[in-house]
Amino acid sequence: MLNYAVKRLLLAVAIVSVAMLLLFTMIYLIPGDPAAVALGPRATEAMREALIVKMGLDQPVWVQFWNFFTRAWMGDLGREVLSERPVAQVVMENLPFTMALIAGGMTWSVALGIPLGCWAAVKRGSWADRLVGVLSVAVIAVPSFVIAIYALLIFAVALRWLPAIGAGEPGNPGDQITHLILPSLAVGLGWVGYIARMVRASMLEVLEAQHIRTARAFGLPDAMITYRYALTIAILPTITLLGVGIGQMLSSAVFAEIVFARPGVGKLVYDAILTRNYPLVSGAVLVTTVLFVLLNLAADLLIGALDPRVRSKL
Amino acid sequence: MSAANSDFTRPARRPDFARAFDAVRRITAEPLGALGIFLVALMIGGALFADWLSAYEPGKISPRDRFLVPSWQHLLGTDQLGRDLFSRVLHGGRIALTVALFSTAVSLLIGIVLGLIAGYGPRWLDNLLLLLFDSIKSFPTVMLALALVTLFGPSLTAVVIVVVLVNVPGYARIIRTQTLALKESEFVTAAESMGAGTVRILRVHILPNVLGPLLILTSMDIPVVIAIEAGMSFLGLGVRPPTPSWGSILNDGFTAIRDTPWIAIAGGLPIILTTLGFTFLGETMRDVFDPRLKRHA
Repeated sequence: MLNYAVKRLLLAVAIVSVAMLLLFTMIYLIPGDPAAVALGPRATEAMREALIVKMGLDQPVWVQFWNFFTRAWMGDLGREVLSERPVAQVVMENLPFTMALIAGGMTWSVALGIPLGCWAAVKRGSWADRLVGVLSVAVIAVPSFVIAIYALLIFAVALRWLPAIGAGEPGNPGDQITHLILPSLAVGLGWVGYIARMVRASMLEVLEAQHIRTARAFGLPDAMITYRYALTIAILPTITLLGVGIGQMLSSAVFAEIVFARPGVGKLVYDAILTRNYPLVSGAVLVTTVLFVLLNLAADLLIGALDPRVRSKL
Repeated sequence: MSAANSDFTRPARRPDFARAFDAVRRITAEPLGALGIFLVALMIGGALFADWLSAYEPGKISPRDRFLVPSWQHLLGTDQLGRDLFSRVLHGGRIALTVALFSTAVSLLIGIVLGLIAGYGPRWLDNLLLLLFDSIKSFPTVMLALALVTLFGPSLTAVVIVVVLVNVPGYARIIRTQTLALKESEFVTAAESMGAGTVRILRVHILPNVLGPLLILTSMDIPVVIAIEAGMSFLGLGVRPPTPSWGSILNDGFTAIRDTPWIAIAGGLPIILTTLGFTFLGETMRDVFDPRLKRHA
């Protein structure tokens, strides 16, 4: 297991390093002079040259990359253009809002997906099973930003049940949760489908197992067999699926934050693009990428711990 | 000798149209497959015949007709510039379809070439390519799109590049895995021992055997590609105005959602129906033609 963990960790470091190289290349290739963009049209030539030296843009490319690379690993993502605050600090201020949104999305997907998948497996072949199947495919297919807009339209604009804008009053958990309901539904609804399908498939497998048959032979009630003995095992693959799911929810979160005007990393990057605040764009993209890689790493290590067959594959 | 040989190696094939007809019949036998085909046909038909189906120009601005509610004159109403939304939705379908087909074709081509190289080439190159694929996949899709737009500016080019970067790693991995398996097979070893060159082996012996499953998976990716185009255009990072796109209609509607909700409905509905149609069709195709692929999903 230790061997596997070390190999997997090295792979994650390599992936992040290559991702940094790609990101650096992208920023380096942006047309236009970054110093001129940062200073605006009224800057003098002397100011521009001073900033070029300060930003290290007079150095050879590979020195620039090496500086970017080593500083990024130390957590220094440079300073943003407008307020000159450290990018890492700005991103970290916005990250909790995005994480709350993803946690909300996961809550929706687990709270709806597991019971639906379980129900479908128990009623295998019935109309209920087929309905859950079609609904799962449908919510997976429809893009999250369309769900976000329609949810906004139905529950906030037409019915006025829930607020449409913002993250709620700071320090007021009740208000913050009501503001979280719709955006997190938009983020999590697609995953209801994935989880329902996954739970159904693994429940069907578990329900055939020896110990379930034994429990039946002992005359235990059906509900107890389903929820106590079968579901606790069938749920394991779902936990690891969520590791990947969080990463994908990061993408949906960008749309949810923009549609519901919530603060967060997605909204941060979007606004930074509109104001050409490139250090903030690259920094925030890098942070979410590292987060994604870490979550996948955690999921893989968890699968590795639970299932020895996976370890031999790396 | 040669005649006997060709008789022996090529089994009699039924004419292509009969095979195609049979395939369609098997798909429509499933209710979801039939619904999928219907929705996809509706979308393609609407895109192809957009000019005949709507009396209005999609970009025609008429300030006196701003924000009209849906009626018999304007089936889906009009937007903030008085443009007919039904016409814009039909023409938006053209953009969606063109982008989906073009960028999927490009992704397939690049994915196949890289996958064959990774699977058949030297070990170090294989490892290098795998690391590159994993790194590209480690960017959350929308973040990748946002970062690329800083480089290319909002444009259709940016959309195509995002789609290619999102799709290629997956396609190349499938081709690579299958190539690795086939590399050791007897007919490839036989071809090698008869002196066949690398290109010939890849083209004649490996490619035809790895293509089938990939094509079905590709067709299942079409709704994802449509969602990427619409999503980027919704954020104002894809198709530039005044070109009609479902995403930009949705964005127009989002801006005015409190007073004129029908614009957002008009932009979202085609996205929902099309992604559902392609997904239902893709799922049915997979179940009918290649049930083994179900495990990949």
